[in-house]
Amino acid sequence: MIPDFLLYALLSGVGVALVAGPLGAFVVWRRMAYFGDTLAHASLLGVALGVMLEVHPLLAVIVTSLILAGVLVGLQNEKWLANDTLLGILSHSTLALGLVCAGLLAHTRIDLWGLLFGDLLTANATDLLIIYGIGGLVLLTLWRFWQPLIFATLDETLAQVEGVPVVRLRLLLMALVALVVALAMKVVGVLLITALLIIPAATSRRFSRSPETMAVGAALIGTVAVIAGLVLSYTLDTPAGPSIVLSASLCFALSLLLPRRD
Amino acid sequence: MNATSSPLIACENVSWRRNGVDVLQGVSFHVAPREIVTLIGPNGAGKTSLVNLAIGLLEPTQGRVVRQERLRLGYMPQHLRFDNNLPVTVERFLRLASSDKKVIHHYSERLGIAKLHNQQLQNLSGGELQRVLLTRAVLRKPELLVLDEPTQGVDVIGQAELYRHISELRDELGCGVLMVSHDLHLVMAKTDTVICLNRHICCQGAPESVARHPEYLQMFGKQAEDIAIYTHHHDHEHNLHGDVVPAAHHHHDHSNCQHHHS
Repeated sequence: MIPDFLLYALLSGVGVALVAGPLGAFVVWRRMAYFGDTLAHASLLGVALGVMLEVHPLLAVIVTSLILAGVLVGLQNEKWLANDTLLGILSHSTLALGLVCAGLLAHTRIDLWGLLFGDLLTANATDLLIIYGIGGLVLLTLWRFWQPLIFATLDETLAQVEGVPVVRLRLLLMALVALVVALAMKVVGVLLITALLIIPAATSRRFSRSPETMAVGAALIGTVAVIAGLVLSYTLDTPAGPSIVLSASLCFALSLLLPRRD
Repeated sequence: MNATSSPLIACENVSWRRNGVDVLQGVSFHVAPREIVTLIGPNGAGKTSLVNLAIGLLEPTQGRVVRQERLRLGYMPQHLRFDNNLPVTVERFLRLASSDKKVIHHYSERLGIAKLHNQQLQNLSGGELQRVLLTRAVLRKPELLVLDEPTQGVDVIGQAELYRHISELRDELGCGVLMVSHDLHLVMAKTDTVICLNRHICCQGAPESVARHPEYLQMFGKQAEDIAIYTHHHDHEHNLHGDVVPAAHHHHDHSNCQHHHS
């Protein structure tokens, strides 16, 4: 019999992996990894703000991420700085601000280690509900807009000429990434979230001939990584989040040994 | 052209500025149904900008662009900008434009890409990709076909073939064609109207008259001479009816030309 805490951890982790896989495929295709990283770093600030304002940390993280995504879109349109420079500035500024705020709140119970590297083993029924609720919503949205999203990802200009609302789709995708980042914080922590998005997708790439197989494959590989990581964590008493990411990295390394299909 | 048929697309005194630089000034032209209009001009002449204005990807800073109501556009971009990690077969790519398998089959056979259907898009050669892009553009049965340098990365034989396809498709679909081209000698034989562009319209008209126009000869003097040599040595279907040969002798006369390039 698995202990309750492990079961919750497993179900939470798998839930996030199932969403992070397909969305991660878009992150890879659209080169949004650094964007995801920036949102992830900012989510620490979100938690700190949540504690200060006494709102639920997850809600605070989601709102912070969405606002940051909006600010980024605005600044990107200005085009006075290269995209990666802009992301780098925002990413590290928000991380630093988050750490400073967490320091100021040292008298409250902020578990900095847990925020940075995840605290999956403390997941409870509420977390499960939130993860599957929001995760399900994200998957449904992806499914609903799948064709136009793939078209706009292939070539935004071409899609735009033929009437696809590419700007709205881009904003939608950013919002979805913000939501999944907020969910994944619980699993692997602020510093490792992007790994959960891109490593399973990149692994799946080697075996895929269509966008759909790559997305589904990424969800499955992420699930395997979560299970393997938790086993590792339970048997060797290693931190859960990093163990999961390490398992994903091992999957990726193993995939390099197999022949590529395309 | 027939003055009674209303144009598919008309640019009226269109100007466009980017970052304070005039890219296009006072450009007026139109594309009538079944007409092939070709934009030629040196690099930086604003050809692609003008196409983007015509199809609504850019908004003119002055003047206006009138498109026929509910005009069905088929657009063939210069290239696709998709990430290598997005696995897409040719067939899947075509299905984004049409769900009608018969139509896809018909035009794939027509343009000789049926055997490429199961190949990955990123593994195609330059010529194959251009034919796939052209096929995709006609799947929607466009009333106006817009082609931005359709022969990029295609060898000379492939270029001639591609222009033949374009003119045949025009006859079959009864659509107008607006294209940007560098291939003077090939395109001149297959077009109804040539527009010689260099930030403004230098001259426009039937290929025979444009080929004798002093501004055209000033712009393409060297190349026009090459065409003369080319058609002289190879008496084949893509020549300029011999008109270029005498014209090339006049190309030193452009000192009389009133035109100033600043």
